[in-house]
Amino acid sequence: MKIAVPVKFVPDLVEELTIDPGGTALDTSWLRLIINEFDDHAVEQAILLKERVGGQVIVAMAEAEGADDFLFASAAKGADQLIRLTGDFSSSNNHALARALADLLKELKPDLILTGVQAHNDLDGSIGPLLAEYLGLPYVGYVAGLTAAADMVTVRKEYAGGLIAEMEVKLPAVLGIQAAEQPPRYVAYSKIRQVMSTAKIEERAVASLDLSGGITISRMFQPEVTERATMMGGSPEEVADKVIEIFKELGTL
Amino acid sequence: MEITLSPLSPSFSKTFITSLYELKDGERIRTCLQCGTCSGVCPFGYIMKFPPGKMIGALRAEIFDQVIKADSVWMCISCNACAAFCPSNIPITSALMTRAKEEMLLAGNIPSELQAAMENTQRYGNPLGESPRKRADWTAGIQPEVNILSKTRQPVEVLWFVGDYASFHSRMQPATKALAKILNALGVKFGILGTEEFSDGDSQRLAGERGLFEMVAHKNGQLFKKYKFNEIITTDPHAFNAIKNEYPALGIKYPVRHYTQFLFERLEQLKPLMKKEIKARVAYHDPCYLGRVNGVFDEPRALLTAIPGVELVELSHQRMNSLCCGGGGGGMWLDGFQWEKAHTRLSEWRVREALTVNADILAVACPYEPPRFEDAAKNVDAGGQLKVREIAELIAESMEG
Repeated sequence: MKIAVPVKFVPDLVEELTIDPGGTALDTSWLRLIINEFDDHAVEQAILLKERVGGQVIVAMAEAEGADDFLFASAAKGADQLIRLTGDFSSSNNHALARALADLLKELKPDLILTGVQAHNDLDGSIGPLLAEYLGLPYVGYVAGLTAAADMVTVRKEYAGGLIAEMEVKLPAVLGIQAAEQPPRYVAYSKIRQVMSTAKIEERAVASLDLSGGITISRMFQPEVTERATMMGGSPEEVADKVIEIFKELGTL
Repeated sequence: MEITLSPLSPSFSKTFITSLYELKDGERIRTCLQCGTCSGVCPFGYIMKFPPGKMIGALRAEIFDQVIKADSVWMCISCNACAAFCPSNIPITSALMTRAKEEMLLAGNIPSELQAAMENTQRYGNPLGESPRKRADWTAGIQPEVNILSKTRQPVEVLWFVGDYASFHSRMQPATKALAKILNALGVKFGILGTEEFSDGDSQRLAGERGLFEMVAHKNGQLFKKYKFNEIITTDPHAFNAIKNEYPALGIKYPVRHYTQFLFERLEQLKPLMKKEIKARVAYHDPCYLGRVNGVFDEPRALLTAIPGVELVELSHQRMNSLCCGGGGGGMWLDGFQWEKAHTRLSEWRVREALTVNADILAVACPYEPPRFEDAAKNVDAGGQLKVREIAELIAESMEG
């Protein structure tokens, strides 16, 4: 089975996010990027599937600082082919990224496409459904585990309230991975180093991005204090006293 | 927790023991008497399916794959007690236990908490997962300003390798500030690496991540090359151990001392500055990688007894026989895993020992310990009576008088 995993980087929340002086985007000067957590699970699920039924795992992503490290780590975990899209992605959105990835996937013709079900910077929809639309393939999201047969997979889709549905999906198809069947594995640094000297990353140039369908940001801002919220200062003891007073006023104490 | 296993080849025992022979004094493993001292002295030996002595037995019986399957090697906190008391001087901790963990890790069999610490070290250069940009934030407000070498590029007498927990951990930061204050009061010309500094990597190495250790060691080595200084001092005994005993094999050779050794040398200068009495019974906890592994027992005690009012009392486990706080060799990042197996913590055991000798203060000299022992004290009856203080904090407090 040929499994393609398109992934993307998102801002790493370990750094404080600041807004660009223009007020419509994040300030990228200090921005650190990290793999979208759900995409990390998609890679793990792809490798688990490969280990069970055999086949080939392709990981593809747009170029970014740290992208090569992620691709090599994926290879050390078991990915067979690594692809980096090159081009100017500075003003990209998910519509544009999905179109660029769709062009690549049309060429690769995988049996199955796994991608993270969502990302915290999805402003214009998540990648999976957009990909499915551009490729004319079925899509199932919120998948946590699957079994594969020759031309079909049985997926476990999570619903709110703890409900799980099992459904059969004809291949080829796009699946949005909520969680892999086991947490993304650890790969020792020495193994990544080994892979760095042997694995190759293929480059695919993306000539131009088609941003249509995306959204226009009119204003980006930090959460603002609303009038209903009361901010309390002082020592922990003083704050505790105030909280007790408020609870008494509200009649909860 | 469940750990999935990669299949091991039938000749695994043989290839494993051969890999031990390549390590320093590794061949000594042949001289094991099977006396069981190691397993008896191991603070978690009673809970391990394969304590150290039994591991060697399993190697000889060529059933070492069973040891790996049992995963009890993750109970090892690399405290070196087994090796220190082995009558055959077998490097049990540094060779056998570390290689066994390496084998687990290479096969991807690693508890998730430990995995997070390793991934954080790879990504951020520290196991806490903090932004490396914030590594020098603790220096804010200190006067005279702490010399950050990347900014000033001034030659200094002393390069202070601050380390991960001393830089980032909110409980350790007051102790780090205290040491800066002491160095300033002594007029020491010191500098720090600031945001450039990487984890010393020693605990990651002892938890089996050799490759990651070498990566951070080389990064620190590049930094040491960039700046001019006479010697390195460390807050962390693990950093002290790494720079003293492990970095030289990687071509990174610098004189290094733990800060307690450095201050001890200046004790006569320090004494008149310590005016405020701290009237307390103080028990000192020997950190494994300061005391047992590197033989620094007396300097921290001399510093404590020089503080006016301090009455030094000894814990039942002390010096060579000290009891690990539980944080070494990856233990700092295996709390949940080890709790599940043992339902006890070494730090709690240690707090009980301090209470038994009626100590008011448990004095420590390793940055893992203030948070570990303070948390432990909350879980122990009457633990609230015990204060946990870094030696630097006690000295700085006495200097406020």
